[in-house]
Amino acid sequence: MPQHETKLREDEAAVEAGLDALDTPTGTTRGAARRDLLRQVLAPIVALVAIVGLWQFLWSRAIWPEFQLPAPLAVWDQIQTLIDSGQVWEFLWVSVHRAVIGFLIALAVATPLGLLLAKVRLFRAAFGPLISGLQSLPSVAWVPAAVLWFGLTDATIYAVVLLGAVPSIANGLVAGIDQIPPILPRVGKVLGAGRIDNARFILLPAALPGYLAGMKQGWAFSWRSLMAAELIAQSPQLGFGLGQYLHNGMSLSDMSMVMAGIALIFFVGVGIELLLFRPLEKSVLKSRGLAGTH
Amino acid sequence: MTATLEAPVPTAIDAAVRLTGVRKSFGHGTRAVTALDGIDLTVAPGEFVCLLGASGCGKTTVLNLIAKLDKPSAGSIELTTTRPAVMFQEAALMPWLTAARNIELPLRLAGVKRAERQAKTLELLELVRLGGVGDKRPHELSGGMRQRVALARALASAISGNGGKASSLLLMDEPFSALDAITRDVLQGELLRVWKATGTAVVFVTHDVREAVRLGQRVVLLSSKPGRVVQEWDVDGLSQTAESARIDEINARLREVISSHAAA
Repeated sequence: MPQHETKLREDEAAVEAGLDALDTPTGTTRGAARRDLLRQVLAPIVALVAIVGLWQFLWSRAIWPEFQLPAPLAVWDQIQTLIDSGQVWEFLWVSVHRAVIGFLIALAVATPLGLLLAKVRLFRAAFGPLISGLQSLPSVAWVPAAVLWFGLTDATIYAVVLLGAVPSIANGLVAGIDQIPPILPRVGKVLGAGRIDNARFILLPAALPGYLAGMKQGWAFSWRSLMAAELIAQSPQLGFGLGQYLHNGMSLSDMSMVMAGIALIFFVGVGIELLLFRPLEKSVLKSRGLAGTH
Repeated sequence: MTATLEAPVPTAIDAAVRLTGVRKSFGHGTRAVTALDGIDLTVAPGEFVCLLGASGCGKTTVLNLIAKLDKPSAGSIELTTTRPAVMFQEAALMPWLTAARNIELPLRLAGVKRAERQAKTLELLELVRLGGVGDKRPHELSGGMRQRVALARALASAISGNGGKASSLLLMDEPFSALDAITRDVLQGELLRVWKATGTAVVFVTHDVREAVRLGQRVVLLSSKPGRVVQEWDVDGLSQTAESARIDEINARLREVISSHAAA
């Protein structure tokens, strides 16, 4: 009898192991992943080359005067001069460190704000529409007000950056918390989590994808707002960042300088997103089986 | 009807959980809906009880009340076990944690030391025959495997912090109903094996008569809207023929209860 029972148990185990092998979802193969990577890297490069080619062609036809459409090479020379003289690092440092500090302050303000909005119903009813509305207000609109409040100081710049980034990050966190399946906090409760443990072990990790999406957008808004502020608020006190460089180009009617400024602003903004936020978001989504196709 | 057993009147010690005159209504005033109307139920330590009923009979409400996810409107619920462990219809694993980490979570919440936690987790993974997949994330597992991880996690929460002294209680809310037939069949066997190995008391909610009779020692039939205990059957250690006769009998009674609602 015991022998019979052992046999039965082994059979059950074998059936179970078979089911596990059959039912386990299969991942994508390695080759497909490599093809994806190739497409993701190659396609934007080809597009960029095509745009520069078109630009070169239009310039060679001399349809517009040089001060409106400079040669791609002239813009490249402009950037090259900046790099050679070492000035570029100064501009980048001034602008990027401001954007990063502004972003970090925005993160520190937006996180408790988002938690309040998500968890306190009255607070949300009162301030939710306001904060969503702020998201669609261009932050450049705050520059005149900030200049009158704080004068031409760093405080003006940070005020504009915060007003741009805080609503995005807070809304991202709220969206992340709203999308948590209600069963997860319930599970937390039956597993013995109190309020604080539930927030730490269940709610915050569960809201992470939305929070990260909010941060990504918050970074874009920080950078944008910073450029708006630097471009409008001009003062020796404020140092010399990319926005001021761009403004100088306009004052000197030097189109190649203006284009070089735009190119630098673009590459910093995109670069930080591609190098920092995109991989972070991707790894978080992938570990949860939510990886998108982009 | 002849086979119906009167539930023995138990003393305080031999009850893992005892519900006395439990009522639950939702809403207020004239629009209040009574979900449970005077439920008396006693589950002995180590006993396997199946709650059976059609939809709307408040089976899930009973479990929520025992799990303290909800409070009864009247009556009392006495628990002599540690905090009851709950398993839901969906596995509800944390998608950001590996299978092993999911099982470890209740131990972590209970403040169990890391080395002890990991040893216990490995043991539980082996118990549900998932020794090799502790590092996988929920989305990499099949539905049946996820439900077994959920079972291991529930067991972990049942044993955490009791030092093996107090008896444990496992509450299961139709845990296999979303699985395909073969997987369900295997998991029922798995559950019985785990139940015998751990000696935990189980309250298992289902609307499947066959499942209730196969798994339970006792089947309790609830009526719907409001939920009351209609009848109980002892289904422990039946022969195959007696089992199928019992299934037919319970089925007939269940149909009767459901039909009575059409008249109302």
